[in-house]
Amino acid sequence: MDENKVMIDARGVIKKFNIGKENELEILHGIDIRIMEGEFVSIVGTSGSGKSTLMNIIGLLDKPTEGSYILDDIDAIAAKDNELSHIRNRKIGFVFQNYNLIPRATSLNNVELPMLYAGVGLRERRARALELLEMVGMAERADHKPDELSGGQKQRVAIARALANDPSIILADEPTGALDSVTGQMIMDLFRKLNLERGITIVLITHSNELAEETDRILTLKDGNIIGERRGTGAQENVC
Amino acid sequence: MFVENFKIALSQLAASKLRTFLTALGIIIGLSSVIIIMTVGDAMNNMALESMGSMGANKFTLYVTEKPSDDGSVGNVRDWKESDKISNDMIDKTLEHFKGKIKGVSLKEEVTQTEITQGNKSAAVSLNGVNDIALEQEKLKLLAGNNITASDMKNSRSVALVSDRYVNKLYDGDWQAALGKQVEIVVNNKYYIYTIVGVYQAPMNDGFFGSGGNIDDMPSDIFVPVKTTERQSGGNSAFYNIDLIAETGADMEALTADVPQWINDTFYASNDAYMVEAYNMQSYVEEMTDMVNTIKLAFMAIAAISLLVGGIGVMNIMIVTITERTREIGTRKALGATNNSIRMQFITEAVVVCLMGGIVGVSLGVAAGYGITSFMKVPTFTSISGIVGCLLFSMSFGVLFGYLPANKAAKMNPIDALRYE
Repeated sequence: MDENKVMIDARGVIKKFNIGKENELEILHGIDIRIMEGEFVSIVGTSGSGKSTLMNIIGLLDKPTEGSYILDDIDAIAAKDNELSHIRNRKIGFVFQNYNLIPRATSLNNVELPMLYAGVGLRERRARALELLEMVGMAERADHKPDELSGGQKQRVAIARALANDPSIILADEPTGALDSVTGQMIMDLFRKLNLERGITIVLITHSNELAEETDRILTLKDGNIIGERRGTGAQENVC
Repeated sequence: MFVENFKIALSQLAASKLRTFLTALGIIIGLSSVIIIMTVGDAMNNMALESMGSMGANKFTLYVTEKPSDDGSVGNVRDWKESDKISNDMIDKTLEHFKGKIKGVSLKEEVTQTEITQGNKSAAVSLNGVNDIALEQEKLKLLAGNNITASDMKNSRSVALVSDRYVNKLYDGDWQAALGKQVEIVVNNKYYIYTIVGVYQAPMNDGFFGSGGNIDDMPSDIFVPVKTTERQSGGNSAFYNIDLIAETGADMEALTADVPQWINDTFYASNDAYMVEAYNMQSYVEEMTDMVNTIKLAFMAIAAISLLVGGIGVMNIMIVTITERTREIGTRKALGATNNSIRMQFITEAVVVCLMGGIVGVSLGVAAGYGITSFMKVPTFTSISGIVGCLLFSMSFGVLFGYLPANKAAKMNPIDALRYE
């Protein structure tokens, strides 16, 4: 792994809403973020700090009003709609607070979904999905639908799904927000394991300082500006 | 991808069966009505064609009708006189003039309908006087005995052909036993006796729209020479209408025009109120099929409106579905679904609903159409092209009414869609 490779390089990112109207609102005021390949970074902020907006931009669900953004050597600003879909599909694995599993699809089908959009053949798709479910300890629940699973189980399926196309980064938005602390810790351990064993870059967005402590590096977001950057305890424990 | 979309659509639809059924119901009702109307229309056209076949394509009918008055209006003319009718003399001269084109006149006159009783057995009959050409037109299949001969006709002998149904009723189905027996019949308070010379096979389908009762109880035809019945009734020398049979290969169109014109010029020039006209079976059938097709189209248009309403129902439900599944759409987009794949997914879903409705509707329509036409005694299956056409139509309905909602889904902003509660 090339420790010096920049995975996420965002510069001068400004995001405005309702441009040109009376209620024009600037949420992000020129943010610079660099995240290296293999890092486990958290972005911490209270609600209203602009962290969701930032996550949408990092996740290519939204485009900044101004600024540049290079994701894994791809210029995300220049990309068209279909190209963005393609990049999201191949480069980014999303993990949401509310899991966002497809309700009527089994765990297996949910994990297969990103590969389906990537055009992976049925046999390969199925084999890989089972392998990923095995890895997160959900192989036995492959045929279960989301409403038959507990919160922690759902989130593990969601993580398996995020890994489907072997993404460059995992973008986790409050992944433990809906879980009790024990289960939440289990999910955090899983992220750490993925980060260490597979070298996957992980960006965790949270409002919890406690959770952020477990990551390598913590960026603090307040009122649309990054006001602080420090190393987390996770870095001392795990990165030697 | 298409297979996956199809599977997703099936599992979605299976998850809310009642809703799917109600959504498809409009399509089911609309399509089954279209199919029923189509089938009944086809049956009626077949009936017309069949009747042309049985009545003969080379037959045309002359009939006396009112002359249009100078201002072109019809009606308010004097009553019939005997001299307005087509006389035997006119017929003879016409046949002479058109020799080689017209084979002859087909005379078939029903004398009476009655019940013939022998001991405790009885049979309903219709007594018909026929000439040689009319008898030929009947295309009877003789089961026993002999046909009425030219000599019988010429000499107006009292001989009769009876049907096997008649024999079933009165002679327990023994054809040979019936031969030589007598038919005793009362016409206008006079008593006539005919000798049975032959037994023919009654056609399977006596008349259209059989009332649904037992065919054995309906009157069967007894054929006797027309000269015999004319002699008995005191002679009948003039007709309101006559059937003429053309020689094979004659131009029916031309004959149907030329014959009445010649008769009018020759015999009706000085008639102040009446003239003759003619129609042939073919033009009659064409007219009838035209009419049936017009009616069919009109009804199908009405049925198509219900289909349209069904389609709008599908569109409505698709919009509801898409609103309900906003989060799912957002998730799919986050996972890499392009706008196009979202659009295809929901169009596929609409097509599947419409196709399922189409299959059920077409099946019901074909079954009901067959039932109704069976009741009309002309059991007809819907044409394959009609079935395939309706199924394709229902699928195109899915695309048509699925497109708008699917496009709405495709254009959803993934951020808003993901946050949707």
